[in-house]
Amino acid sequence: MYLKELCELNGISGNEKPVRDFIVEHLKQQVDEYKIDKIGNLIVRKQSSDGLAGDTETKRAPVVLLAAHMDEVGLLITEITGEGFLKFATVGGIDPQILISKTVLCGNNIPGVIGCKAIHLQKREERKQTLSINDLYIDIGAGSKEEAEKNVKIGDYVAFASEFAEFGSGLFKAKAFDDRAGCAIIMEIMADRYPCSLVGAFTVQEEVGLRGSKVVSNYVQADLAIIIEATAARDTTEKREEEWVVELGKGPACSLMDALTIYKPELIARISDLAREKGIPLQFRRGTAAANDAGNLHLAGSGIPSITLSIPCRNIHSMNSLISKQDYENCLALVRLILNKCHTLI
Amino acid sequence: MAENMTLDYKFLKELTESFGPSGNEKQVAALIRAYAENFVDSSETDTLGNLILSKNGAGNKDQAAGKKKIMIAAHMDEVGLIVTYIDRHGYLYFSPVGGIKEAELPGRRVMFGSGLKGVVARERKKNEQGKPMGKCFIDIGVNGEEKAREKVKEGDMAVLSGEFVETESHIIAKALDNRVGCFIALQVLKNYQGEHDLYVVFTVQEEVGARGAKTAAFEIEPDLALIIDTTISYDTPKEEYRTAANKGVAIKAMDRTIIVSPKIKQWMTDTAQRHGIPYQCEVISAGGTDSGPVHLTKGGIATGGLAVPVRYLHTASEVAAKADIEAAYALLSELVKNPPEI
Repeated sequence: MYLKELCELNGISGNEKPVRDFIVEHLKQQVDEYKIDKIGNLIVRKQSSDGLAGDTETKRAPVVLLAAHMDEVGLLITEITGEGFLKFATVGGIDPQILISKTVLCGNNIPGVIGCKAIHLQKREERKQTLSINDLYIDIGAGSKEEAEKNVKIGDYVAFASEFAEFGSGLFKAKAFDDRAGCAIIMEIMADRYPCSLVGAFTVQEEVGLRGSKVVSNYVQADLAIIIEATAARDTTEKREEEWVVELGKGPACSLMDALTIYKPELIARISDLAREKGIPLQFRRGTAAANDAGNLHLAGSGIPSITLSIPCRNIHSMNSLISKQDYENCLALVRLILNKCHTLI
Repeated sequence: MAENMTLDYKFLKELTESFGPSGNEKQVAALIRAYAENFVDSSETDTLGNLILSKNGAGNKDQAAGKKKIMIAAHMDEVGLIVTYIDRHGYLYFSPVGGIKEAELPGRRVMFGSGLKGVVARERKKNEQGKPMGKCFIDIGVNGEEKAREKVKEGDMAVLSGEFVETESHIIAKALDNRVGCFIALQVLKNYQGEHDLYVVFTVQEEVGARGAKTAAFEIEPDLALIIDTTISYDTPKEEYRTAANKGVAIKAMDRTIIVSPKIKQWMTDTAQRHGIPYQCEVISAGGTDSGPVHLTKGGIATGGLAVPVRYLHTASEVAAKADIEAAYALLSELVKNPPEI
């Protein structure tokens, strides 16, 4: 399993190279070809088990596109103050409340702690308000602006410092499951051959507006696209079950509709039948907000029928996200099943 | 007007009564395909579900010799609801599909693709000011979750139910946005005998962001695209007059997603004037139609937009004036006969 190593690499949107290098290193012997496009997406290709390429006109194997994004959310240094503190912007969607007092790695792995005014010093009114990004700063223990500038510069990325761990009964804890979990699954898939030709797209800059997949959609062609994602689990704080979106431990979540894609009802029905026949748990993502690379990929060229399978994730977009090991394995099993049965789906 | 344009609205009734929320347009497509079977040269459905009908032009086969590909697009989809959760009592929780206001739904009847009917209600929860703040749900009149699951599942969509009413001068119906555009495009195609190849695309998923038109335009790559849709009618009491019912077909100048080229706009208004067709100009700062993605396809496609003003858009009772429908039909028929040099 590549999940631990992938999650511990830092690859904030626009700076995905460490993740891409890792994937290339491990997949280059297993795939037939790979290329990196101009925006940084990694595309790998693997022919079908009967040796048929996906793009030959006669006796053509179906082509299945598997997509996951390599980037994760993080921070970017925007200013170094006179005292040597670092002001920052968020890259991707981050709730400022989760940042306070957390450890981070700035630029070239310079450790830092995110600081704010201590509760003792906050005025009564301030205590009632939530803190915004502007109230926070990164402390790298520098005594002055000059000292800070020796270690970091404006524009450096800042990543969450967080190690992968097994947690509780069958949970994993790490940063960046969104979407290294998807990357890890595609990497495992690429070890084998299937009755379809595979195109693996490891995309960049999903978290800042699906930018990498926009470029992929300009050149990729496929008969089916499977987008593998992590999605926000809301199975804890909301009391009412009808407000939950997905639950941990109930299998991968199949999207019905999100902000940018309506998934084909016929395709979803066939996939949920397939999962039921083989006893793989599958849940539906009950929210319709947010979006993923499917938004671009399903409209590529004259259209690619697409599905999104997501691994439910608590505390998503934070340094300590949680997923269920079983959900990961069931998602992998379902993707394998879909690839083996893709003739019946397309 | 140039000719007597009395249209037979029977087929519009069938169109508006059929079921087609975004992503579930199959029933509408089947209805249109069957209607057009005998007068088109080709008929195909693409990956997203767009229905593409075409008639070959009588002109020279050689495109270089001036034969053009003209595309008319009209979206088939309507706004609706998608079931996201079924509770133990058999009530269905949902999200809106397209621009539909939850606050206006309680008390409304809805209809599923299977013909199943239901009514929208709201949880009784109220906020401190006494305003209802509970979630809306659909009651399909069953005892418990198990019974509900025999009829419906997560992901199923519903649309608003509404009876079709034809008065002397107006049409009242659900889904006039944009079955009226489909109706007009289909009548134009039926009677078309021009020089150029005419493609009429009945697009999917316009209400959620003009998605079908993007792939259809990519596939067809027309020389000229004309989009027929509906627009807001501002002629109800206490509203400022902008586009309004009974003032003619609206010719698009601008919305959030397109600025129509002056040349195309001029050609459209000139054509309307020459044939005595009443028209008005549409400028809106919000919203967009299929014309947005279409004009940006590939190297760019010359694109114009026409619309029928409709009152109470995205409700079960949309109202359009027959005179505007006939004006839109007349203008679109003339436009495809004489496309401009591009």
